Amino acid sequence: MFNHNYFIALKSIWRKEINRFLRIWVQTLVPPVITMSLYFVIFGNLIGARIGEMNGFDYMSFIVPGLIMMSVITNSYSNVASSFFSAKFQRNVEELLVAPVPNYVIILGYIGGGVTRGLMVGFMVTCVSLFFVDLQIFNIFVLILSVICTSILFSIGGLLNAIFAKTFDDISIIPTFVLTPLTYLGGVFYSINLLPDFWQAVSHFNPVFYMINAFRYGFLGIADVSLIWSFSVIIAFIVALYTLVAVLLSKGIGIRS
Amino acid sequence: MYAIDIKDIKKIYKGGVEALKGISLQVKKGDFYALLGPNGAGKSTLIGIISSLVNKTSGKISVFGYDLESQLEQAKAKIGLVPQEFNFNQFEPPLQILVNQAGYYGIKRQEALIRAEKYLKQLDLWGKRDQPSRELSGGMKRRLMIARALMHEPCLLILDEPTAGVDIEVRRTMWAFLTELNKQGVTIILTTHYLEEAEMLCRNIGIIDKGCLVENTSMKSLLARLETETFIFDVDPPTHLPSSEFFSIKQVDEVTLEIELDKNQSLNKVFAELSAQGVRVNSMRNKANRLEELFIGLVEKGSKNV
Repeated sequence: MFNHNYFIALKSIWRKEINRFLRIWVQTLVPPVITMSLYFVIFGNLIGARIGEMNGFDYMSFIVPGLIMMSVITNSYSNVASSFFSAKFQRNVEELLVAPVPNYVIILGYIGGGVTRGLMVGFMVTCVSLFFVDLQIFNIFVLILSVICTSILFSIGGLLNAIFAKTFDDISIIPTFVLTPLTYLGGVFYSINLLPDFWQAVSHFNPVFYMINAFRYGFLGIADVSLIWSFSVIIAFIVALYTLVAVLLSKGIGIRS
Repeated sequence: MYAIDIKDIKKIYKGGVEALKGISLQVKKGDFYALLGPNGAGKSTLIGIISSLVNKTSGKISVFGYDLESQLEQAKAKIGLVPQEFNFNQFEPPLQILVNQAGYYGIKRQEALIRAEKYLKQLDLWGKRDQPSRELSGGMKRRLMIARALMHEPCLLILDEPTAGVDIEVRRTMWAFLTELNKQGVTIILTTHYLEEAEMLCRNIGIIDKGCLVENTSMKSLLARLETETFIFDVDPPTHLPSSEFFSIKQVDEVTLEIELDKNQSLNKVFAELSAQGVRVNSMRNKANRLEELFIGLVEKGSKNV
């Protein structure tokens, strides 16, 4: 059941989340754009020119989709992780817990905030990339669907991290030791066809690989694995993580004593 | 129908600490109820369970007839909570905090803005509506939490030490505000360490100690149990310690006497005896608040029984 009151509650959480990251835009919106600009300059212009083509495209065109996706992933994740953990730390999560808001509305509200920031950063990085490369779009539908699904998935991931986190260190450990390696090894900078067979097989266990694969298809029309398989993996992860988060919140784990 | 009906609530925290040992109590609709107890007695745990911030171990609670398990959302909509510690986002301004909170209760933004203006003005915070909350004084932050709790116009307002650390002027303003709210029909449950506050505001009282409800009665009948009362007399230095066969006199220092009277003894007799012995009384006051004496008595009795 999704009554009108829940819709107002959802809008309130979503708006609050957007206000939060806009209020601190110097911390939330500017750094990823600067970091990605450096990637474009160094990997694209300086080193990329020496690398030559990758899967039939110049190296810059090949890495741009991966870099955009990388910024979407890290920003969706860190927005929800830091916002929800701060709400726990300052105890203002209690504002939501005492109110007649079902857990799924809380989850959707935080996902909304994470997706909005992820897409906003992704859009800004895309705009910056236009200074370095003549971007083409092969399939806009696949492109939009893959970026939204990825953003949703990593927003839920950030929420899961925040639920378990007890200190601010806990919300930086996962991005540093799990998220960054998965992203770098997910084919942002290379096609997995370049890897030996064993490491190609290992890459298939990396969910980020499927997201970058689908997103790159939307831009360039090339894919290392089939789109149906990529979206199936992404949606399976979304369902699994959402279910886990919903169960944890209903039991009050990490939020109620 | 009770505003709140608590039946045999128990709470055992991880690690085995038994915070509540089967508390049952009812608070009538429209009541102004004091929930007292020493630090660590279990008051905040009980309030946490009522407001869904703490998971109970067992027992049942209903709020205005709505069961806190099977009709959680209806029950939550009836409750407004003012917690002991500041729990709002310190970076958000008061107006935004109130409007967001109203939104969680399904109140449209337009209506929320009207209500926020009303409560911020009533609680003298309107001038600070756009200032980051961390810049507010302690008293303002407490009033902000009261305003936030009222945004959905609850039938039951629970205040956990709302006047802690607040100066007397602000405290008196808050007392007047709460009294007015209660007159309008809002049931209020108040925990406080200022016992004069409880005595002045509340009609009924419950005392919790070590997770048990040791008293649950009306303020009048509790105060009627007071058998003795101690007064402090400020006097001119007497040449000798006065004595009396009717009441006990203790000399605190050269110019202060402490006199304990039974409930049926008259103060006129004290003045007469002191005067007869050449003692000049300059001023007089209660040694402690009447409720404080009873409270200490009840809690000490509880400790001895454990």
